[in-house]
Amino acid sequence: MNWLARLLGSSVGRKMLVALTGLALVGFVIAHMLGNLQVFLGPDALNSYAAKLKSLGALLWVMRGGLLAVFVVHVGLALKLAAENKAARPAAYARPGRVQSTLGARSMVLTGLMVLLFVLYHLAHFTFGWTHPEHATATEAVQTLTGPVNRHDVYYMVVMGFRQPLVSGLYIAAMALLALHMSHGVQSVFQSLGLNNRKYEDPIRKLAIGLAWVIFLGNSSMPVAVMAGLVDLPGA
Amino acid sequence: MKLESAIPEGPVEGKWDKHRFEMKLVNPANKRKFRVLVVGSGLAGGSAAATLAELGYEVLCFCFQDSARRAHSIAAQGGINAAKNYQNDGDSVYRLFYDTVKGGDFRSREANVYRLAQVSANIIDQCVAQGVPFAREYGGQLANRSFGGAQVSRTFYARGQTGQQLLLGCYAGLSRQVGLGNVKMFPRTELLDVVVVDGLARGIVTRDLVSGKVESFAGDAVVLATGGYSNVFYLSTNAKGCNVTAAWRAHKRGAGFANPCYTQIHPTCIPQSGDHQSKLTLMSESLRNDGRVWVPKEPGDTRKPRDIPEDQRDYYLERKYPSFGNLAPRDIASRSAKEACDAGLGVGPGGRGVFLDFRDAIQRLGKNAIEQRYGNLFEMYQRITDDDPYEVPMRIYPAPHYSMGGLWVDYNLMSTVPGLHVIGEANFSDHGANRLGASALMQGLADGYFILPYTIGHYFATHKPGPVDTDHAEFKRVEKEVEERMQRFVSIGGKRTPDSFHRELGRLMWNNVGMARTKESLEEALREIPRIRDEFWSDVRVVGGRSEMNNALEQAGRVADFLEFAETMALDALTRDESCGGHFREEHQSEEGEAVRNDADFCHAAVWEYTGEGNAPMEHREPLDFPNVPLATRSYK
Amino acid sequence: MKLTLRIWRQKGPDVAGDLETHELPDVSPDMSFLEMLDVLNEQLQNEGKEPVAFDHDCREGICGMCSLVIDGVPHGPMKATTTCQLHMRTFHDGDTITIEPFRAKAFPVIKDLCIDRGAFDRISASGGFVSVNTGGAPDANAVPIGKEDADAAMDAAACIGCGACVAACPNASAMLYVSAKVGHLAHLPQGQPERGRRARSMVETMDAEGFGNCRNYYECEAVCPKEISHHFIGGMNRDFLKANLCGGE
Repeated sequence: MNWLARLLGSSVGRKMLVALTGLALVGFVIAHMLGNLQVFLGPDALNSYAAKLKSLGALLWVMRGGLLAVFVVHVGLALKLAAENKAARPAAYARPGRVQSTLGARSMVLTGLMVLLFVLYHLAHFTFGWTHPEHATATEAVQTLTGPVNRHDVYYMVVMGFRQPLVSGLYIAAMALLALHMSHGVQSVFQSLGLNNRKYEDPIRKLAIGLAWVIFLGNSSMPVAVMAGLVDLPGA
Repeated sequence: MKLESAIPEGPVEGKWDKHRFEMKLVNPANKRKFRVLVVGSGLAGGSAAATLAELGYEVLCFCFQDSARRAHSIAAQGGINAAKNYQNDGDSVYRLFYDTVKGGDFRSREANVYRLAQVSANIIDQCVAQGVPFAREYGGQLANRSFGGAQVSRTFYARGQTGQQLLLGCYAGLSRQVGLGNVKMFPRTELLDVVVVDGLARGIVTRDLVSGKVESFAGDAVVLATGGYSNVFYLSTNAKGCNVTAAWRAHKRGAGFANPCYTQIHPTCIPQSGDHQSKLTLMSESLRNDGRVWVPKEPGDTRKPRDIPEDQRDYYLERKYPSFGNLAPRDIASRSAKEACDAGLGVGPGGRGVFLDFRDAIQRLGKNAIEQRYGNLFEMYQRITDDDPYEVPMRIYPAPHYSMGGLWVDYNLMSTVPGLHVIGEANFSDHGANRLGASALMQGLADGYFILPYTIGHYFATHKPGPVDTDHAEFKRVEKEVEERMQRFVSIGGKRTPDSFHRELGRLMWNNVGMARTKESLEEALREIPRIRDEFWSDVRVVGGRSEMNNALEQAGRVADFLEFAETMALDALTRDESCGGHFREEHQSEEGEAVRNDADFCHAAVWEYTGEGNAPMEHREPLDFPNVPLATRSYK
Repeated sequence: MKLTLRIWRQKGPDVAGDLETHELPDVSPDMSFLEMLDVLNEQLQNEGKEPVAFDHDCREGICGMCSLVIDGVPHGPMKATTTCQLHMRTFHDGDTITIEPFRAKAFPVIKDLCIDRGAFDRISASGGFVSVNTGGAPDANAVPIGKEDADAAMDAAACIGCGACVAACPNASAMLYVSAKVGHLAHLPQGQPERGRRARSMVETMDAEGFGNCRNYYECEAVCPKEISHHFIGGMNRDFLKANLCGGE
């Protein structure tokens, strides 16, 4: 396994790991968005999707654990690389310049860290229900073959959450940062893994930017729709 | 000083083979015990250092640049000749040999030139094996072009960067040996003297250009691969750092200096734009394939070139040399440009320039074709001059480019000091009085890859230099001399910078010992050089100390040596009372203005021996004979 | 032209440096940038002051010795141009120009604007070659090399090793330099036997020298005087991965 240590001990190898974990996170972000977009299908769709996820039980925890590990590796390695990068230029330029690097590329660490903070808030908000316990503890009763069961009313939580302009604004801003992060990150994955070349470069760039827009618009559509009243509580 | 050229007996074709067999070998196990000091890391030095290390010698390699890869060989554009006959156009070793001897105007050594032509083919093989990306045809075979008026296509090239690619090949080989621990590299280190112990070259004294530390290195042989002396003219196509110091210091320790008056002036350089000019930039000679050279017929014609009608232009090369036209050889094209400018017909700032016009070629072939051929050159020209050569004619002027003269060496590339070997442009042997295009790269690599590695072994086997180290009194003595000299520079405290003296010397040399020389101009130079030198030693100002990085101090040392060397160069030019190749004495020209050789009196290499400060150098002569290439007069009519 | 120069002065590697301001009253637009510095140095020496130390040699854009970060951009504002080929007509009368050394931990400042790029040589010594001794090479035409491959190899081999890529990279990464050598030899049959070894060894030496990591900014490519493409970095990543996954330990 010496070779693996050598691979992951090198700058190029670690970049590859950042790229691969990033790719996994992109997959998660897409899946997460698709699942949540069911909010447009009404309370039942969203709540039963949530209940189904919960019913996975141990598997859910494995998935969460995996996701956490990927996240930690992605962020941890990226921060380590960033620290090395800072050390590689101990004295800054008195007059810094820039020629062709994009904003997305230059702000990767910053956007990444902001997204990290947002994720923590997002978990506190919707997953753990710490910020607004009054929204998070709501349940609804549904009929099953074995009789009525109470399940978590995710739909209520989401709508109540996004009715607050500050919260919605925060989510939309965070999605903009995530999109910016991805606009460079997704292209970067191909380059870092050596999958980029002259022929593929332009399509890859378009794919990355397109995907970033889809994530931004898709995820932002939910708070916007709630604020605009397009998505509302049943019976309201 | 005895000149024993050590040329093997027998027919020219067999000399090198015979010699290789007769040379003594060093037992492979013993090679490690011999240490070689290689000074310079260009094509000659780099290839020699790498190859000697591969053979098992301990090699120390020195260069003044910050990396071995920066030596000025890197700037060669055009290509490298080799008698491969890949184009099936009748080339052969003998033809390359013949062309080179004739091109050198019968002032080179036949045996050396033949050997050069012989190993030329191996060089290409070696470079390709190293990964040099020579230009290729679609079928994967190597591409060739004809260069510098040659009748066959024997020039290999890598875009316009052949020198760079060959040097990087050398550098790669050298790097490999550095990585293996067989070569120790000393960048930013300048040779300041050579140490001779008991008649053998045993070491060098250097200055670390970063710390200023003066240090000695002892070895069993010293190899100088320190390039040419064109910067004696201040403005030349050489790199700013190119200097004569190593060769000159060796000369002062007993190495004969051969034919210092042979310098090559390249016809197609970008003219000087003002007094601030620090160097001249060469543009590939290939431009003359399509460009037409002209000047206005009337002196002082200040109209824009496009407004000067056809009948008021003088296409002087086409007029004077109808069969070669714009492709006349380098020395002829250069001299004609000078004549035109001397007659007041020059164009551009200061009137030192002639037009090289692509208008007709663009009309005939289209702008695209011209862009294909010369796009990068046109871009470079525009970057430097701000003129668009597609719209207005280029302005060109000759510039010092290469020095054929150098330290005298025998057939084994050893100077008159046993153990001191000299390779590449630094020696004198292969180009005679004029070098053909694409032959410099060939010679540098031939010396370093395929000749010196054999002959140096012979030296070790026959001379058996014993142990010596830098504690030896002679090392201490030379070290002290070097220290004192450095101290002297920083203590003079005059008013002028070293650079201002270099400019003054350069102007004098260009005007008096340049493209065309006369008895009077040379005598004037011989009067003026000592005056500038005296003024230098009393009025130079070197700011800063000697125990630190100090560019001004480095420059002062180089200028001081140029100031001594220049005198020997002018004396050689005065003594050689004939015209040959790049050495043109106006007194010796035909009615058409061609160089007229005097084979009866000057068919020899003039080798100068240093006889001490204040004394005139002593001339020795190595007669040259040409049993294979009959002496003939060049004609390019 | 009248110019104000803010130039980095630093006595030695371990001494703090600072920007020093100088006025140049009469600069010709036809001067090269280095000739402009020559004028400054002549002026300084005539005042008995130490000239500014800067690296330069061939002054025709090929040796790679000149450096300088000019107004924040290595080799200055003109694309595909080294500092020595940059001419003053690119600037305007009255301009203030900031001149700094290439900055990277792996390129320590020696004095003023001179830096030590020995790290590049050490990277080369760790694998930037074909292991072939002099002599015994087969005929140069024995192995055909397609024009496209030869051209691609040449594109990479055009690198002059100046280090502008490192200076421009926000992370001071040397990936463009290393990948140019790896890419040059990867496009040629002669480079194949050591292709994987070379990529691994050169990358590891690069890391050990203290360069930063590539984050695909492509600033390196933008300032490269020879316009070496970032695609060579992608290619080297591929070679490196393959060598680690499929090669020996």
